[in-house]
Amino acid sequence: MSDARSALTFQLSVKLFALLREQVGHAALTLELPVGTCVRDLAQHLRAAEPRLTPFLEVSRVAVNLAFAPPEQVLQPSDEVALIPPVGGG
Amino acid sequence: MPVCDTQRAWLQLGHEPLDLNAIHAHLADPAAGGEVVFTGSVRNHHEGRRVHALTYEAYPEMALAEFGRIAEAIAARWEVQRVVLHHRLGYLTVGEACVVVGVSAAHRQEAFEAARYGIDRLKREAPIWKREHFEGGEAWVTNCSGCH
Repeated sequence: MSDARSALTFQLSVKLFALLREQVGHAALTLELPVGTCVRDLAQHLRAAEPRLTPFLEVSRVAVNLAFAPPEQVLQPSDEVALIPPVGGG
Repeated sequence: MPVCDTQRAWLQLGHEPLDLNAIHAHLADPAAGGEVVFTGSVRNHHEGRRVHALTYEAYPEMALAEFGRIAEAIAARWEVQRVVLHHRLGYLTVGEACVVVGVSAAHRQEAFEAARYGIDRLKREAPIWKREHFEGGEAWVTNCSGCH
């Protein structure tokens, strides 16, 4: 059972910044995701793993490997992923 | 203009005060007829609150990557000589400079347009956040009025 499960999922760490880090109390969350998960699917997994993120998911963007990622991009285990809340530079 | 060409694009993110003399020196170029330097600084008011300081933090690797993409986009759209994008992090009090976008170009129109594009895109896209310290409290504030 556990072997079959691990064959179909992978672990992915998602970095959190600013108010998201404060809300959750950690600078990153580790998710267990089905192979083939896209950027657009990430919100539902984040909501399930950490309900305190829910109010911020709609206004946050996903970055993959240091750039904002399109919704259809498929996530890979080696990706560096971050949830970017509304920015405030300048 | 490739981003790795540090002769032409100088990108920086750090805790040290911004060095406007060094920035002007970098922008100087024999082919440039002018330079436009936008400097953003900490303001003493925001939405009716009396602000005394801001604390900036960033996702530094991505912010620098974004600065590089902005410099590339500027070079692709306008004929510019040199570009500077610097942002300061940490605790800054009223009057301190937090961001500089500088462009030198043969003609002023390109320099003004490119600098305007640079600061606008930086404020929209760079993963940098600020916590406002005001009279009576503190809060995260964003550049997107409809976002929270």
